Amino acid sequence: MLQLPCPYCGPRDELEFSCGGEAHISRPLANNKISDAAFGEYLFLRDNPKGVFLERWRHASGCRRWFNVVRDTVSHDILEVYAMGSKPRRTAGKKAYNNSWRRTTAAEAAAVNK
Amino acid sequence: MSSQKYRLSAGTVTQTDKPLSFTFDGKSYQGCAGDTLASALLAAGVHLIGRSFKYHRPRGIMSAGPEEPNALVRVGTGAYAEPNLKATQVELYDGLVATSQNRFPSLKYDIGSVNSLMSRYLPAGFYYKTFMWPASFWMTYEHFIRNAAGLGKVASDPVDPDRYEKTHRHCEIVIAGGGAAGLMAAYQAGLSGQRVILVDEQPEFGGWLLSYDAVEIDNMPAIDWVKKMLSLLSEMDNVTLLRRTTMFGYGDHNYITLAERVTDHMSTRPAHLPRMRLWKVRATQVILATGCIERPLVFGGNDLPGIMLASAVQSYITQYGVLPGSRAIIVTNNDTAYHAALAFQNAGGFVRAIVDTRATIKGPVVKAARDAGIPILSGHGLTGAFGIHHVGRVEVSAISDDGREIMGEALHMDCDLVMMSGGLTPTVHLHSQARGKLVWDDKHLCFKPGASHEAEQSIGACNGSFDLQRGLTEAIRAATKAVHSIGGTCTVLSTPDVTAVKISYAPMAYWKAPSLAGAGQGAKAFVDFQNDVTSADIQLAVREGYQSVEHVKRYTTTGMATDQGKTSNMNALGILADALGHDIPDVGTTTFRMPYTPTSMGMIAGRDIGGLFDAVRLTRMDSWHRSAGAKFEHVGQWMRAWYYPHDGETMEQAVTREVTAARTTAGLLDASTLGKIDVRGTDAATFLDRIYTNNFSSLAVGKCRYGLMLKDDGMVMDDGVTTRLADNHYHMTTTTGGAAGVLDWMEEWLQTEWPELDVFLTSVTEQWSVATLSGPHARAILEAADISIDLSDTAFPFMSMKEGYISGLPARLFRISFTGELSYEINVPARYGVALWTALMKAGEAFGITPYGTEAMHVLRAEKGFIIVGQETDGTVTPLDLGMNWIVSKKKSDFIGKRALERTSMADPKRKQLVGLRTVNPNDVIPEGAHAVLDPTQPPPMDMLGHVTSSYASPNLGYSIAMALLKGGHKLLGETVWIPMLDGQKPIKAVVTNTVFYDAQGDRLNGTSSS
Repeated sequence: MLQLPCPYCGPRDELEFSCGGEAHISRPLANNKISDAAFGEYLFLRDNPKGVFLERWRHASGCRRWFNVVRDTVSHDILEVYAMGSKPRRTAGKKAYNNSWRRTTAAEAAAVNK
Repeated sequence: MSSQKYRLSAGTVTQTDKPLSFTFDGKSYQGCAGDTLASALLAAGVHLIGRSFKYHRPRGIMSAGPEEPNALVRVGTGAYAEPNLKATQVELYDGLVATSQNRFPSLKYDIGSVNSLMSRYLPAGFYYKTFMWPASFWMTYEHFIRNAAGLGKVASDPVDPDRYEKTHRHCEIVIAGGGAAGLMAAYQAGLSGQRVILVDEQPEFGGWLLSYDAVEIDNMPAIDWVKKMLSLLSEMDNVTLLRRTTMFGYGDHNYITLAERVTDHMSTRPAHLPRMRLWKVRATQVILATGCIERPLVFGGNDLPGIMLASAVQSYITQYGVLPGSRAIIVTNNDTAYHAALAFQNAGGFVRAIVDTRATIKGPVVKAARDAGIPILSGHGLTGAFGIHHVGRVEVSAISDDGREIMGEALHMDCDLVMMSGGLTPTVHLHSQARGKLVWDDKHLCFKPGASHEAEQSIGACNGSFDLQRGLTEAIRAATKAVHSIGGTCTVLSTPDVTAVKISYAPMAYWKAPSLAGAGQGAKAFVDFQNDVTSADIQLAVREGYQSVEHVKRYTTTGMATDQGKTSNMNALGILADALGHDIPDVGTTTFRMPYTPTSMGMIAGRDIGGLFDAVRLTRMDSWHRSAGAKFEHVGQWMRAWYYPHDGETMEQAVTREVTAARTTAGLLDASTLGKIDVRGTDAATFLDRIYTNNFSSLAVGKCRYGLMLKDDGMVMDDGVTTRLADNHYHMTTTTGGAAGVLDWMEEWLQTEWPELDVFLTSVTEQWSVATLSGPHARAILEAADISIDLSDTAFPFMSMKEGYISGLPARLFRISFTGELSYEINVPARYGVALWTALMKAGEAFGITPYGTEAMHVLRAEKGFIIVGQETDGTVTPLDLGMNWIVSKKKSDFIGKRALERTSMADPKRKQLVGLRTVNPNDVIPEGAHAVLDPTQPPPMDMLGHVTSSYASPNLGYSIAMALLKGGHKLLGETVWIPMLDGQKPIKAVVTNTVFYDAQGDRLNGTSSS
């Protein structure tokens, strides 16, 4: 069982948390027109990398707060924990963020008011 | 009472002055305090303990530890009986009752042993090969296979009467294994003042030192050094010593699970103690000192009782004071067995010979054996063992230098004990569970720990460092490193001096005895004793084309028994590598998984059983429902009143009475379980506009509106009525089962997508008790109950809310309806639940008020075509599929699910859509979940239209109604469909209708009807 460092409560057992899957999936706004295929990428496609992964976690049986985690899916090392709405600061997380295919999707571009 | 004729004197852990009585297969025996069941049986001369899994061959005691593959017994009686316990691990207590397993009718005469005669027809993969065809026969085969398969029998009583507990602990250093290295490491680590837990699976600390008396540490006998270390450790407040405790699991981030056997060794078990305790420990550093396991040798007949590991015999002599035979043959490929041979002779046994597979032998221990007058046959191997229920004779052959050929004629020697040693295998299980790498040790012919994955170090024999002095050095080094890594300090000890005869721990590569018989012929040479896998099985697998160790493992089942191949894995790898012509490291090894040894499921469950398995939520009116004789149903964690049968009423009669009352007089429902969420903040209206498909910012204060929530894929997720209490304050209701999920869902959007919104969500489900009063007399009853609110249609129209008092209780009154009748939901602070309920029942008595349960509620809502999320929807249904286009806002720029509803596939005319079904025969009630077709005469598989989601006999309508999700259903109105039935029953004929069966205009609910 993993031990996750909740940024608000400190290190706790994994069973206190629920994993919210891939982080940094920007939600396209409905009034920004994008194709069904581009919208489908937002809705259905999730990364499952072997290695560094940016994930959302929630301290469900604790403070109920969401936060982001940089986790190595092979070693289970927790490389960084950072607040919702912010981006990873350390190298591994930054690299994973910048190299994600999502950064170039129409769905991500449609996530801001145009 | 049988005598202990093989008892020597007290061993290092036994006390001969404390006799204990026990029975095995109904016969009484005597052992003594400190014995295991195995040592006590051996003391009585009992070697035949059980029958093997597949061939039902007679089996005895091979080892003295957790690696035991053969001596599995059932201990205890009745509900307390536990099967498959290793006799070598069962501590003796007075009155212990043990029985042998896998035999019928008796251990000596077993019918299943005919399998042994048939064994030519039971090769590896037998089940895969034989029971393949014809498929329809599997049912027949299975019956016999199930009867023949499996080890032991579980207790007949399904309820485990024992109590188990769990405990959690954090500490800096966990040390697994309390042998020489573990004790040394614990003392060194303990000096730092950090929290240390030392665990050992045995009742006494000391490990191999308890069995090895020919050694001195710091000029004192090893056993005295153990006692000294224990007294030092027990004085340290920061050190926890756990005996009888197995570290059976090693998870991520140093999450350690320990199984402590608290009372299994006691003849009277104090009521306040649990049988076992599960320790869940999060450690900063872990040190593994789990020792090693001796390997058997593979030769024909090597499974006979009386053939034991040499180290085990040494343990029985020294640790328990039991001599397991009188005339022994030692067969070995290494030096360690010489210690055992000398111990055997010193204890009064007669060593007929040491058969050593090595052509050249040298060193002090060999000299010691020669000096003791023990004949040594070097360059020889055991090529066969013979006997009926016990070994009586062995065949010894000269072998080639590489051990692969038999050279010349065989000798035959009689004996009553064979002590075998095939070299030492480090116990790397925990290191491997922790995802540590293994590396091949070409000198000691074993895998030993390589790089660790967790913050973990292996020391001593489990690290391939079999030499005692070296193990102690590693212990001090590892403990110091662990202390330093967590910022601690300690005085570093110097390694104690070890005085012992030096031996080499390098065995000869000799994975199986050579044989003159052809492939698959000759006597069985067992590799995996518990799963009855022979060397021939592994060779057969290779001949049949298996290459990968993982495949060979699964095909032959070697290493897959409950012992996880503790004694067999290395021999299997050696034989496999030989057969493939590869080196062992190239063949690789399989992965060890938790648990290290089998552990009780009761302990894993702990107290979370029966009523404590899951929380049960009761409403405040629960006691009233119970005294009214209500039947209950589970809705999520809630217990809800299902229906209230009068004396002699069936469920159908009760529900008919309840639904009729709700439409003709008045019905009262406990709706307290509905999810209630308080939504506040300056952005509450904006937030709800995004969460719901319809508009809530336009809702006037004091008004209620039904809302539908979608997931972002456009599928219906939940529904409920939400009321605006003030400009920035809403009261949301959700489905009973969906409440927690909806709150989490909304929190997620607030925290992750719209953190800029000023909204606070609070679950208030349990703050309110809710009674729903429904029916034409509802208004009159409320007035009789002294309500302070003007209930006239103009002052208090449908879909509005007012606060006031009822029977003196503060209340929020909602005029909303899930029945289609004039209906009020009365919310009072939770503690007034019973007061409200009884007040309404009293006020309603004259009006025929009738409490109704969830079943009647379902019928009433279905008559009106109101959906239940989770019944009419299943996560693939959109509002458009439900015919609820009216609730999807066209004006709002966005809401969750909006874009998804615009996908082209959403307009597919073949989507399943919700319709009503009215059976042509009004008495037919379609089973829920049944499928509908257009043509019941078509051959199967039929073209299915969809399925029935809800179906009821409607007493109010006088016919049966149903709802169904049918392909293109909205276009099928008026069409006839058929519902094929099982078991040759005639298909049910039904007509597709609108979903609203009752009062389509809503006159009753709006109060515009005069009934």
